[in-house]
Amino acid sequence: MLKILDLVQPESIDEAYKVLTESHKSAVLGGCAFLRMGSKTINTAIDLSKLDLNYIREDNDYIEIGAMATFRDIETHPALKEHFNGVLPKSVNNIIGVQFRNVVTVGASVFSKYGFSDLITALLALDTEVELYKGGRMPLAQFMEESLQKDILTKVFIKKTGRIASYQSLRNSSSDFPILNAAVSKLDNNWLVVVGARPTRAVIATNASEKLSNGEDISNSAKAAAEELSFAGNLRGSAEYRKAMCEVLVKRAATEVMQCR
Amino acid sequence: MQIETTINNKKVTLEAANDEFLADTLRNYGLLSIRQGCDTSCCGLCTVWIDGKPTLSCSTLAFRAQGRSITTIEGVQQEAKKFAEVLVAEGAEQCGFCSPGFIMTVLAMKNELNHPTEEEIVHYLTGNLCRCTGYMGQLRAVKKYLEVK
Repeated sequence: MLKILDLVQPESIDEAYKVLTESHKSAVLGGCAFLRMGSKTINTAIDLSKLDLNYIREDNDYIEIGAMATFRDIETHPALKEHFNGVLPKSVNNIIGVQFRNVVTVGASVFSKYGFSDLITALLALDTEVELYKGGRMPLAQFMEESLQKDILTKVFIKKTGRIASYQSLRNSSSDFPILNAAVSKLDNNWLVVVGARPTRAVIATNASEKLSNGEDISNSAKAAAEELSFAGNLRGSAEYRKAMCEVLVKRAATEVMQCR
Repeated sequence: MQIETTINNKKVTLEAANDEFLADTLRNYGLLSIRQGCDTSCCGLCTVWIDGKPTLSCSTLAFRAQGRSITTIEGVQQEAKKFAEVLVAEGAEQCGFCSPGFIMTVLAMKNELNHPTEEEIVHYLTGNLCRCTGYMGQLRAVKKYLEVK
């Protein structure tokens, strides 16, 4: 059972960071849908509701997503439906139900680097950066490789490059956690192949991405993704099954991208 | 802590612990239509509207109701009755345990989507589980209620 001993609602991000770093066993609250299933005791919980981070904005170069924007915001935002072949709404629109997606926040999902995340896989296939209060702005791929620090993710930026992407997932039922997911994108001759829910966190398959960028056929590139990445087993599927299905999902995603004009 | 909120168009002050979830707070307030079924955020039984959006009250910390407008089925009784009559006529209600959450999601969908297709209806209602009806009766009832051809 979740226990929160003390709760603060800072008026500024500086204040939130100060509380986060000065209090022992403090934590920033996201949507809390996942947190409620654990038995964590938080000495000081930091709620970001007063920091106006619940937004999605678009300018000439970027789509900017505030940390407190929900998955339902991603699913319904016109700019995100329009850009990147609508890959971000497609990646989240099967997660449980509407009422759940109105709770879950982008910031918490990305910052926590959940292995089962659908959103991170799709974001990694785009030109995505994250902004952390202390760590500053950096590519999402770099953030994913770093160890978890006490910091606050405030914004996600996606460059409007015209990249075309496809998201594919394999699930036991349509609204379940993914057994495996993959996203493939293309900008001119630059391809990116991402595989997540392995069940560990999503990563870019660099060999497969290079092969596609060099014009190799989709089947060989999909095979390369399955060969270069590591997979493990859990209740939803074995490592061998995931490896076999990786090839299938990458092939499907790359084929869809190839067919997009 | 004290939470000043609006429940079914009435301004109220609620008392809740820091780690209390809204479903418990609302039930303690007397709104017993809110059910809790799964404990894993996936059944939709506890659906209420927060500022008009269908939301899992079992997964929303109570303090986040501060300054917001909460609507439960008790606040939309007339519209709920209209839909419930169609639901019964289509044989889509058996034990009734999931009905309040289901009805709140259907009414939210009616407010949010203009002329939804069958596919859009099914997708919108995915988060509401029912272990009695098998869903076909519910789908018939929703389509009839929304007059979907």
